[in-house]
Amino acid sequence: MRRYLSIWFPALLADRALRLRPELKDTPFIIAAPQRGRLMVKAVSPPALKKGIVQGMAVADGKALLPELKVFHYKAGAEEKLLNRLAEWCLRFTPVVAADLPDGILLDISGCPHLWGGEPSYRDTIISNLTASGYQVRAGIADTVGAAWAIARFETTHFIAAPGQQEAALNALPPAALRLDPSVLERLQKLGFAHTGSFMAMPATVLRRRFGQQLLTRMGQALGHLPEAPVPLQPAAVFREQLSCTEPVHTRVAIDMALETLLERLCNSLQQAGRGLRSAVFKIDTVEGGSQQIFIGTNRPVRNTGHLLKLFEPKIATIAPGMGIEVFTLEAPAVEALSGRQEAIWNTLGGADTGTELAGLLDRIAGRMGDAAIKRYLPAEHYWPERSVVPGGLFEQTGTSWRSDRPRPVYLLPKPALVVVAAPVPDYPPMLFRYRGKVHKIAKADGPERIEQEWWLEQGLVRDYYVVEDEEGARYWLFRSGHYGEEKPQWFLHGFFA
Amino acid sequence: MYLSIGCWRPVYMTKALFHTTLFRQLQQELLLLQGLRAPLDPELQDPGLGIINESFPHRAFPVGAVHEWISSSAEDAAATTGFIAGILGTLMRKGSCLWVSRHRNLFPPALSIFGITPDQVLFVEAPDPKQALWAIEEGLKCETLAAVVGEVPELGFTASRRLQLAVEKSRVTGFIHHRTNRVAENGACVSRWRIKPITSTLPGGMPGVGFPSWNVELCKIRNGRPGTWKVQWTPQGFFVLPEKITEQALIIKKAG
Repeated sequence: MRRYLSIWFPALLADRALRLRPELKDTPFIIAAPQRGRLMVKAVSPPALKKGIVQGMAVADGKALLPELKVFHYKAGAEEKLLNRLAEWCLRFTPVVAADLPDGILLDISGCPHLWGGEPSYRDTIISNLTASGYQVRAGIADTVGAAWAIARFETTHFIAAPGQQEAALNALPPAALRLDPSVLERLQKLGFAHTGSFMAMPATVLRRRFGQQLLTRMGQALGHLPEAPVPLQPAAVFREQLSCTEPVHTRVAIDMALETLLERLCNSLQQAGRGLRSAVFKIDTVEGGSQQIFIGTNRPVRNTGHLLKLFEPKIATIAPGMGIEVFTLEAPAVEALSGRQEAIWNTLGGADTGTELAGLLDRIAGRMGDAAIKRYLPAEHYWPERSVVPGGLFEQTGTSWRSDRPRPVYLLPKPALVVVAAPVPDYPPMLFRYRGKVHKIAKADGPERIEQEWWLEQGLVRDYYVVEDEEGARYWLFRSGHYGEEKPQWFLHGFFA
Repeated sequence: MYLSIGCWRPVYMTKALFHTTLFRQLQQELLLLQGLRAPLDPELQDPGLGIINESFPHRAFPVGAVHEWISSSAEDAAATTGFIAGILGTLMRKGSCLWVSRHRNLFPPALSIFGITPDQVLFVEAPDPKQALWAIEEGLKCETLAAVVGEVPELGFTASRRLQLAVEKSRVTGFIHHRTNRVAENGACVSRWRIKPITSTLPGGMPGVGFPSWNVELCKIRNGRPGTWKVQWTPQGFFVLPEKITEQALIIKKAG
C-alpha cells in the first residue's frame, strides 16, 4: 500500500521574493504577468493581500485600490524552477519526489515516515523546515495522490487520512478538491453540490452523462480505484569518485597513482553519461582529520584522463600529506554535455587535429593566468569602432560577418588621444597635427567617414574619420569630434594603419 | 669520401657541375642540422613574397622557425603587424594562431584585409613578460597551431634558444615582435626584420592614401642573404616594388 504526502505552497512566488529580499516585508507588492494583453496579478504579498488585492486581478485594478503597490514582473517558468529545487531538497525525506505544478510538491512516502517516528512527526519535520526557510506550507497525507492533494489544500483540521479512509476525508471537502476543470466546477455549483460527499455516491453513468469523464477519473484517482503515477524528479547524476587507502600514504607517487585511478573512473562514468567536465575538485583527507583540496577548470567539456592529469600536475605539489592521506575524493561539480557538434566547431578552430592538443594548451594557459587571459573576438553589429568587436567564447559562433569594406587601423588606441591640429577649411583633413610632441605634416588623406554615435546606447558627438599619411609615410586614423560651427571641434588620434 | 662519391660520378658530368651539386647537397644537410627543413608543401605555405624568397634558405619563407621583428615606434609596430598579418594569412590556412601580448592594441577587424578571419585568432593577455614568454613557448610546442605571434619587450639569448628548439620539433612558425630602441642582442632566431612604413601610392597617380607600403629590411637571415625591399600589400597579396622605381622615388625624395 502506498502513502503520499502533498505539500501546498499557498504563496510560493511571494514567499520566494520575500526570502530573496527581506526588506520588502512590510511593502505591499505583487508579481504580475501579461495575460491576454493585460497585466494580471500572479502572486500577492501578505500586506497587499490585507488591502484586498487577490490573485487573478488586473494590475490596473490593484493599483487603483492601492496606489503605492509595487509591481514586479514575473519570469516565465519561475515556479517550475523553484519547485524543482525544493523537490530536490525534499529528496532527504523520500527517494520519490515530484514537482506538482503550479504550486505544490508530491512525495511518495511509502515506508519512510517510521524513520522520523511516525507520520505526524514526519509531516511536522517537513513543515517546520520549510517554514523556517520562509515558505508558507500546508501538507496532507493520504493513500492516493488525489486525496493527499485535496487534504493539503482544503482540509483545516485533520491533515492525515488514515489508510483506506480517503473517502471519509474527502466527503466534507468542496468539489474543487477533486482537481476539476472550472467549467465542471461551475456546473456542480449550479446544481448545488457544495461537498464531494453529496455526489460521490451517485451512479457512475449519471455523473458521466452530466459532468463528463473527467469527474469520474478524478474521483477514481482520489479514492484509489484508478491508478495515478506522478513523474518522479530525476536528481542530477553526481560525478564523484572516492578511493580509500588501507594504509595512509604520503608520497608523491602514491598521490599521482590515486589521482590517475580516480580520473580514469570519473572519465568512464562521464563517457557513459555523454558528458565532459568543466571543473574538478581533488580532495584529500589526512590522518589528522584535516582536509585539503585542489581545483582545476577547463575551457570546454573534457573527459580525457591524460589531459586532466596534466592540469592537476602542477598543483599536486601544494598538497601537504602530513602524517598520511587516508581518503582521496575526486568530484566534478560542473559538467556539460560533450556532443559531436562541439567537436566539429572545435575542429574549425584547431585545424585537422581533433583539437584536444589546442584545448590542452588553452587550459594550461587559463590555469596559470586565469580564464580572462584568453580572448577571442567576434564581430558585433555596431559602427562605433570601440563597440564593433565583442569578446566571445571559444565555441561561440556568430551570425554577423567581418566587414572589410572600410579601412580600419591595425592598432586602435584604447582611448582616442587628443591631438593639436591645423585644419584649413571645415570638413577638410588637417594640414598637420602634433602627437606626443612631434609634428606630423600630412601629405595624403582620405575621408571623411562619418560615424554617428549610436543614440540608443549613448549620447555623444559624431566622429568624422580621416585616414592620413604624413610625409614620412606613416598612416594614422584621425577623427574630428562634433560638427564645425557648434563648438570648437576637437581632433583625436585613434589608430595606426599598417 | 671524395673518391667514393667519385666512383659513382656519371661520365658526362663536368667537374664544375659536380662541385655545385655536391655543395648544394652538403648545404641541404647543414640546413637540416641547423633545424631549417624545407617546407613540406611549399606552394600552400608560400606567403607570396616574390623576389624576397631568393634570400631565404630553400628559397621559401622559413616556416617552422622563429622570426624576430623589431620596431622602434608605434608607427613601425603597426607596419610590422601588418606585414606579419600578411604572412599569417597564408599560414593560417593550416590552423589557428595564438597572439600573445601584454596589452592588446591590435584591432581585430583590421586583420580581415590581410586574409585572416579575426575570430580564428586566439589572444592571450599575459600579466607580465615572463608569463608571456611561457605562453609563447607553450604555444610553439602545440602542433595544432599554425603560428604564434608574441609581443614581448625583449628576448634574451636563452629564451630565443628555447623557442627555436620548441619549433624545430613542432614546425609551428613563431613571430616575436618587440618594440625597443636598443640594438638587438644576438639571438637564436632564424631571422631579424625591421619594417617601416613608406609613402604609399595609388595606381595611376590617383590622390589619396594608397595600399599599405613598407620598407622591409631583412637584417639577419641564417644561411640566407640579408636585403632591403619596398613592399606593398595589395588585395592580391604582397607586391615587391621593382628596384628601379624605388630608386627614382628616393631621388625625388632627396631632391625635394
